[in-house]
Amino acid sequence: MKLTKSTKNTFVTCGMVVAAYLIMELLMNGGVLTSSHIKSLLVPICVYSMLAVSLNLTVGILGELSLGHAGFVCVGAFSGAMFTRCLSGVMPGWLCFLLAFVVGAIVAGVFGLLIGIPVLRLRGDYLAIVTLAFGEIIKNIVNVIYVGRDSSGFTIVFNSNAGVSLDSDGEWLMNGAQGVTGITKYSSFTIGVVLLLITLVVVLNFINSRTGRAVMAIRDNRIAAEATGINVTKYKLMAFTVSAVLAGMAGVLYAHNYVILKAKTFDYNFSILILVFVVLGGIGSVRGSVIAATILYILPEMLRGFSEYRMLIYAIVLIICMLFNWSPSAIEWREKVRAKLFKKPKGKAEIDSDNA
Amino acid sequence: MTMLEINNLGISFGGLRAVDNLNMTIQKDELYGLIGPNGAGKTTAFNMLTGVYKPTDGQILLDGVDITGKSTVEINKMGIARTFQNIRLFNKMSVIDNVKAGLHNDYKYSTWTAIFRLPKYFRTERAMDERATELLKVFGLDFYRDALASNLPYGQQRKLEIARALATSPKLLLLDEPAAGMNPNETQELMDTIKLVRKNFDMTILLIEHDMKLVSGICERLTVLNFGKVLAEGETSEVLNNPEVIAAYIGD
Repeated sequence: MKLTKSTKNTFVTCGMVVAAYLIMELLMNGGVLTSSHIKSLLVPICVYSMLAVSLNLTVGILGELSLGHAGFVCVGAFSGAMFTRCLSGVMPGWLCFLLAFVVGAIVAGVFGLLIGIPVLRLRGDYLAIVTLAFGEIIKNIVNVIYVGRDSSGFTIVFNSNAGVSLDSDGEWLMNGAQGVTGITKYSSFTIGVVLLLITLVVVLNFINSRTGRAVMAIRDNRIAAEATGINVTKYKLMAFTVSAVLAGMAGVLYAHNYVILKAKTFDYNFSILILVFVVLGGIGSVRGSVIAATILYILPEMLRGFSEYRMLIYAIVLIICMLFNWSPSAIEWREKVRAKLFKKPKGKAEIDSDNA
Repeated sequence: MTMLEINNLGISFGGLRAVDNLNMTIQKDELYGLIGPNGAGKTTAFNMLTGVYKPTDGQILLDGVDITGKSTVEINKMGIARTFQNIRLFNKMSVIDNVKAGLHNDYKYSTWTAIFRLPKYFRTERAMDERATELLKVFGLDFYRDALASNLPYGQQRKLEIARALATSPKLLLLDEPAAGMNPNETQELMDTIKLVRKNFDMTILLIEHDMKLVSGICERLTVLNFGKVLAEGETSEVLNNPEVIAAYIGD
């Protein structure tokens, strides 16, 4: 069967991730890579790649600037972590972890849907501000929830658990600002890569379908999309919710990589960081998101040798990336280089689309 | 057979009566023109026909079915497709995807089918590809199928917009100033395209136009609007020779 351009694209992107995975595994098993510091970066790289890909669905495909992605990660992470914390004794660990992903995805999806309904009525800057607010609201609420469990069941209080006592066999599962502690570290690089592949396949298949076309049509011209018989509200909500579901799953992976999970992690900077990956990887380019998330996450760690100049150099790299990706003269230069490398037949080449 | 019947259609924006007491009957397979000076209410009438504005009074019947006050999406599904005065394509999508977006409601599969790439996905996509290519061929656009819509020359963009509208398999096609911004050669080409559409698709067409050459060349009947009111209607040659129309519109 002849592969369509989009299918080929999916294979290339996933193949790239698998190749990177195999190389890392070889290096680690061969004893070349022993630094535990670098090993500890592997799961976060998967998490951030997943997040960048899922946010790209909102920013690149739906065309709406969302600044509240951390909120969905937070919801997913906490629901997943609470699930394994409560039920890890009852069932085998792998099953518990698997179900945690389902729980995280569903809870984040519900939040995506509920927040999407009011938010997607807005456009542009207003939408960005309101998503930012929702992200912060979620973080701040999670930050003050106390959940305790004892023989008489669950106790949930807000703001402070002072004065609330549990039975002698009880414990506080979620401790307000101190978050959830004692999480079993289920996450591994392999699981992370598998999840990243799932995310990639879901997003790419979503984009290259009837649904994806409808979403992109709305992005490009809402009025024309309506006149073409496309239900704007439905498809906007769908893209936003899928994006939230995938963010929730990434959150579960993130939560089970650490022993302690605090809501404070999922602040405004977290959302912006993911947005930076999306923008510098190329808005609308899924492969670019993965590459940008990987490189830009490792970079600050690699720059530790520069001690106090570290963030300065990081910032300069970001600016150079941005210029390289978006400035017209850089794009022109890239086209020239590409034309030299792969000679395309003239005429048609100029008008061909090049959005991989 | 009557395709479109408009009875006493009117809309007010606050104190402004943009369209008042508009009556129009278009027969099946007819090519009907709606003309009038700038600000006469032509595009407003189009926007009421496609559900962008809700009429304050009156009634619109498409093929005998009342579509007054329905939403844009519903009206499109019921059989009215349109193009826009200022071209509105899906610019960052390929030419063929623009047409495939138009096929959205005729070729269906669920999002789950798409995510899991079930056999139905491949089957439907192949059928869509064939249908879209067919449509592009009619307009001579198949050469550009993978180009971005925004990279097409102006005249081709107009054609793509018509192709996309036809992809929704309408009963009635509304063209809002298709010749706007075109040179005489392009206008001539557009006239051929419109004739081609009528022949190939048995389409009923209602168009708004300022270009008198195009109007007198292809429209069979006309309605002239002025200040939101019907000034004249009837056979094209009669209407264009009507002294009132000449005074109000073509200039005395």
